[in-house]
Amino acid sequence: MTENFWKLLIPMALTTYLVRMIPFAFFRSQIHSKFIRDFLYYVPYCVLGAMTVPYIFYAGGSTVASIAGFAVAFVMAYFRFSLLSVAGAACAVAYVAEIALKFIF
Amino acid sequence: MKMNYTYGLKRGLPIGLGYLPVAFGFGISAVSEGLNPLEAVIISITNFTSAGQVAGVSVMVALGTVLEMIIAQFIINVRYSLMAIALTQKLSGKFTFPYRLIAAFGISDESFVMAASEKEEITPSYMFGLITLPIICWTLGTALGAYSGSILPHDVRAALGLAIYAMFVAIIVPPARDNRAVMWAIFIASALSCTIYYVPWLSEHISGGFSVIICAVAASAIMAKIKPLEEKEAQEGDIND
Repeated sequence: MTENFWKLLIPMALTTYLVRMIPFAFFRSQIHSKFIRDFLYYVPYCVLGAMTVPYIFYAGGSTVASIAGFAVAFVMAYFRFSLLSVAGAACAVAYVAEIALKFIF
Repeated sequence: MKMNYTYGLKRGLPIGLGYLPVAFGFGISAVSEGLNPLEAVIISITNFTSAGQVAGVSVMVALGTVLEMIIAQFIINVRYSLMAIALTQKLSGKFTFPYRLIAAFGISDESFVMAASEKEEITPSYMFGLITLPIICWTLGTALGAYSGSILPHDVRAALGLAIYAMFVAIIVPPARDNRAVMWAIFIASALSCTIYYVPWLSEHISGGFSVIICAVAASAIMAKIKPLEEKEAQEGDIND
């Protein structure tokens, strides 16, 4: 085992669980504020948007390959392909782009 | 649509399959950072989170302190608190305290978005169905990557790194196409995220996990202020799979 593995794993797992569990288990009131409810409606989209851009431009090897994969994912998602086919196609295109770049340069 | 276990499983299947390559990538990187494969698997089954685990591994291999670990995990994962609160607004009366304790473990970005987009109240059996396959696939994918990842060529491993982000794109683009306000929300959050990423002073002082929180909170607040929802919109989910 890596040195200190358990000593660090336990606080890691506990923190990750508690940030989910405490609000989920103890928050019981209905939120009446219209602002807060609208705010919560937008949160998931904003979280995923902020987690995706700009990181997706660098996530699949070179920037060119990543952007090619992103473009394909965007177009396929726009036409409502399933999560899995979008993810699969993006990886495949990034891979092909990476190989193609090596042939060109 | 019946909010039962089977329906939950079905909704969780694409999420689980999407996690496989992502977890695979985590397994590869954890081992290449210096953990042994079993440790990588233990991390995945006890944490079930992507960004937090990547940060956790770097704290471990740098022999960081317990406090450092707690702060890193808190900052990166506090977004789950927002999601958990949002979900509590849709839970059915059957969701008693013990069920909440168990189901809380399975709240992830994707399972949250899926559950939040259901038109009906969330039942315990639906939620357990929804999180079953993602948790299994996340652990299984980590094991596959940790034990066999090194046999894959470098370019394949690099391309697989795109999987999780492509999945995010697949989740948010269809509702953005249908709803102009959602499109603007995503646009503002992404623009803020780019600002933090590309302005050197900001990126030096704000970690990735914290950046997500700032961008999401700011963009959601701006949108809730300038584009309040019609009552009907706020109720209905509009995410397709």
